[in-house]
Amino acid sequence: MAQHEITLKINGAEKSASVESRLLLVHFLRETLAMTGTHIGCDTTHCGACTVLMDGEPVKSCTVLAVQADGHDVTTVEGLEQGGKLNPIQNGFWQEHGLQCGYCTPGMLMTTSALLERNPDPSEGEIREAISGNLCRCTGYVNIVKSVQHAAAALRQPSPEA
Amino acid sequence: MIPASFDYHSPRTLEEAIGLLQSHPDDAKVLSGGQSLLPLLKLRLGSVGHLVDIGRIPDLAYLREEGGFLLIGGCTRESALERSELIRTKYPLLADTAAVIADPLVRNMATVGGNLAHGDPANDHPATMLALRAEIVATGPGGRRVIAIDDFFAGLFATALAPGDILTEIRIPVPPPGSGGAYKKLERKVGDFATAASAVQLTLGPDGAVAKAGIALTNAGPVPVRATDAETYLIGKAPSDATIAEAARLAGAAATPSADRRGAVEYKQEMARILTGRALRRAVERAKGN
Repeated sequence: MAQHEITLKINGAEKSASVESRLLLVHFLRETLAMTGTHIGCDTTHCGACTVLMDGEPVKSCTVLAVQADGHDVTTVEGLEQGGKLNPIQNGFWQEHGLQCGYCTPGMLMTTSALLERNPDPSEGEIREAISGNLCRCTGYVNIVKSVQHAAAALRQPSPEA
Repeated sequence: MIPASFDYHSPRTLEEAIGLLQSHPDDAKVLSGGQSLLPLLKLRLGSVGHLVDIGRIPDLAYLREEGGFLLIGGCTRESALERSELIRTKYPLLADTAAVIADPLVRNMATVGGNLAHGDPANDHPATMLALRAEIVATGPGGRRVIAIDDFFAGLFATALAPGDILTEIRIPVPPPGSGGAYKKLERKVGDFATAASAVQLTLGPDGAVAKAGIALTNAGPVPVRATDAETYLIGKAPSDATIAEAARLAGAAATPSADRRGAVEYKQEMARILTGRALRRAVERAKGN
């Protein structure tokens, strides 16, 4: 069939829709659900601006069909904020100037979320390896690495840190 | 940017999937991780009437040793290979290869079976599987059949898989003691296809001479290239600087790459030679450690 009913969790909330088979997950998020936090930066599966978490793993949503995501759990950058406040990862990027134009940033934040969940104390090498699928044209990655380190340190604290 | 329209099917059993492929001969493709297929469809370099997603069929993703073989389920994600202690310790050639396939995000979706079934000599697993003397298990209308890796790659984007077949398992002989392997890839940037890459799997005998050698090249022609002359040359010889250099020279001579923006033919051949030398040295180090 060329049209499908899909139901998936987006940031914990169940969403259902009727979609074309060929609809990319990134277009489902941005256009069907009007969640434009996830960005499209290339046509070639290179840049990672479209990164979301699917069942906790970072994937390029431009290279996943919405129908493939049926029944799965998707987390987008809109799901990071905690009660209207920046979460520790977002705060890390704020504190350490981890963005300039902001285009790659949602992808960087999602990849970082998954990294720190799996590895709470990554080395610089491990951070750079983890973000190697997310391209940034502005920063040269230096402050992005610092932002991830800031976030990692904050998340390792037992109490919330500004 | 947007694929042409197609029908999408998500069977829950292999039988259902095979039946769907047979119902649409010449117009159906298997969707596994989608990380080779979807980019192609998005750029409209290919189109297809029916996608058969095998991602919801249970028991197609696994990594285990059984009966003298490492068995890899066709839908095993590359990230699972990367994270496997078994692969890291006993199959370093596979661990090296998985780590340089595209980037970490792609590896969370991409599957080992898909990397092979796509038939792209620029993908990294084909050369690695040649070096490992793997076997491919295809499940189709006639049941299960085993295809030797040397018979698997038929041409550019063409494999020995018949239209109703699904690549369900890869079988790799458990390496004997004294074995080591390595994959060395030159790429312009993370995520790129190889400018050149070399896969080496060696076994050293008790006398320290090479008892078995598998050497294969990525993106060095329309199919992955097995460097047979280099392999044959090494058998019975101690791995010295001189013998490694000669084997590397023979491997470079076996490369038949096309010129493109990654480099001229001569450059790619030279890189194949250099990378084979590096892969051989690393494989020998690892073999001696075993």
